[in-house]
Amino acid sequence: MGKTVQEINTKIKSGKAVVLTAEEMSDYVETHGPAEAAKEVDVVTTGTFGPMCSSGMYINIGHTKPRIKLSGTCYMNEVPAYCGFAAIDIMLGCTSLPDDDPRNKNHPGEFRYGGGHVIQEFVAGKDIQLSATGYGTDCYPRKKLDSLINIKDVNEAILFNPRNAYQNYNVAVNTSGKTIHTYLGILKPKLGNAYYCSAGQLSPLLNDPYYRAIGIGTRIFLGGGTGYVVWNGTQHNPGVRRNQAGIPVEGAGTLAVMGDLKKMSPDWLVGVSLYGYGVSMAVGIGIPIPVLDEDVARTTGIRDSDIYAPVVDYSDAYPGRKSDTLGEVSYEELRSGKIHFQGKDIPTASLSSYLKAREIAETLKSWIQSGHFMLSDPVDTLPGPKSGVHFRPFRERTIK
Amino acid sequence: MISKRVVLKFPHRLVEKPIISDLVKRFNLEFNILKASVTPRQEGLMVLGLRGYDRDFQKGMAYLKKMGLTIEPLSQDVKRNDKKCIHCGACITSCPTGALYLNASTHEVIFDNSKCIACELCVPACPPRAMEVHF
Repeated sequence: MGKTVQEINTKIKSGKAVVLTAEEMSDYVETHGPAEAAKEVDVVTTGTFGPMCSSGMYINIGHTKPRIKLSGTCYMNEVPAYCGFAAIDIMLGCTSLPDDDPRNKNHPGEFRYGGGHVIQEFVAGKDIQLSATGYGTDCYPRKKLDSLINIKDVNEAILFNPRNAYQNYNVAVNTSGKTIHTYLGILKPKLGNAYYCSAGQLSPLLNDPYYRAIGIGTRIFLGGGTGYVVWNGTQHNPGVRRNQAGIPVEGAGTLAVMGDLKKMSPDWLVGVSLYGYGVSMAVGIGIPIPVLDEDVARTTGIRDSDIYAPVVDYSDAYPGRKSDTLGEVSYEELRSGKIHFQGKDIPTASLSSYLKAREIAETLKSWIQSGHFMLSDPVDTLPGPKSGVHFRPFRERTIK
Repeated sequence: MISKRVVLKFPHRLVEKPIISDLVKRFNLEFNILKASVTPRQEGLMVLGLRGYDRDFQKGMAYLKKMGLTIEPLSQDVKRNDKKCIHCGACITSCPTGALYLNASTHEVIFDNSKCIACELCVPACPPRAMEVHF
């Protein structure tokens, strides 16, 4: 016997919905079994908080007097943003760097400031220096604009992230003889450490491995405000190998998400510097999963010990796009502080904050319990394992 | 016996004097140099681990003060900006002494500055740049 999202929302409105975080659900399912959990629990809340490079904002700054049509690239606190839209629409990606940032010229570069930091300051309500040019037209004559701008003055400020919330991810190691600097951390030589980046048992898509509950139109916690899943994320790859529980054993599904930046918080959109790699932004996402039936109860009951990630050599296999992995480890082992691998104890570190993921799942739980946050029925499903959708490598062709 | 970590700042006039050897000869203190540098204005900075009898340690410190050095406990110089820390744990494998570690049940990153040797390896390893060094 199943439940519908409408039935769950009725319970939320009357304050009677039973909401558990994904961690609490694991305990519940272990004690009571998935059949009883499906009857008793209405919603499971998930959370994740880590660097998500495919994130950015778009804003509409309002028309100047006289009017300007922003051309090409403009700058926000010296960080380049894209203006190839209508007159005054701007898009800033979180990995964008100031033109005069030395990057990796003196390797490893520090990457102190970039798009993610601008977005965090903008959300915090700080004034940002906008510097833009136009080429001048009869209807948009102005050619130069230098002004402070503030989130409270712009028309729209929208977070739009083409790829977030990866369903599982690589564990990065380094088998070479020298330290390497990657987007998954500073990797010591000869398997000196291992970095991972997933909320594991709290992670949204790991609790809904076949995208039965999460789809296009799902209302979510995004950056401290509310947002929506708007599409599958780029590089969505649902057809990868899965274990017996249906959980992908490598990076699989992804989400494109969107929401009103004006209602978000700098606590949940944090500019980060990845030494020797670049800048990015840590994004907080929490997704409620309606416990529609016993199957959803079972998948939300998974634990870190059920989830395995591939160990990938970032000194060779990853940069060379070779498909070989060195093995698999569970998130339970990763979170213990070390993994036993190739006869060695390798210390582990995480880029994704479990503490913050837990805080997000608990915040979302309290929003739902207080009746402020309703679940939404997806308007369409995300491509599943049998959809034929897969992650293609680049097809390089000669230009004649 | 006590062991303490201190940050010593030498004025320009003392940079060329062999002051640390006096700590050994006159006060029986063992030392371990964790960091030493001379700034562009030719002031000296040294981070020392010191070990010896309490009375000798007090006398040694009094001697350094009399010579014109400033002395601070190391813990005041390496700080975590708690407003910036997101408790991801990216710093943990960078720390050679276990001063940064994860509390296994709360998943909070703990900074035990009594174990810190001011190597500064955590500074670039921290994505939100929460580790701050104030020498």
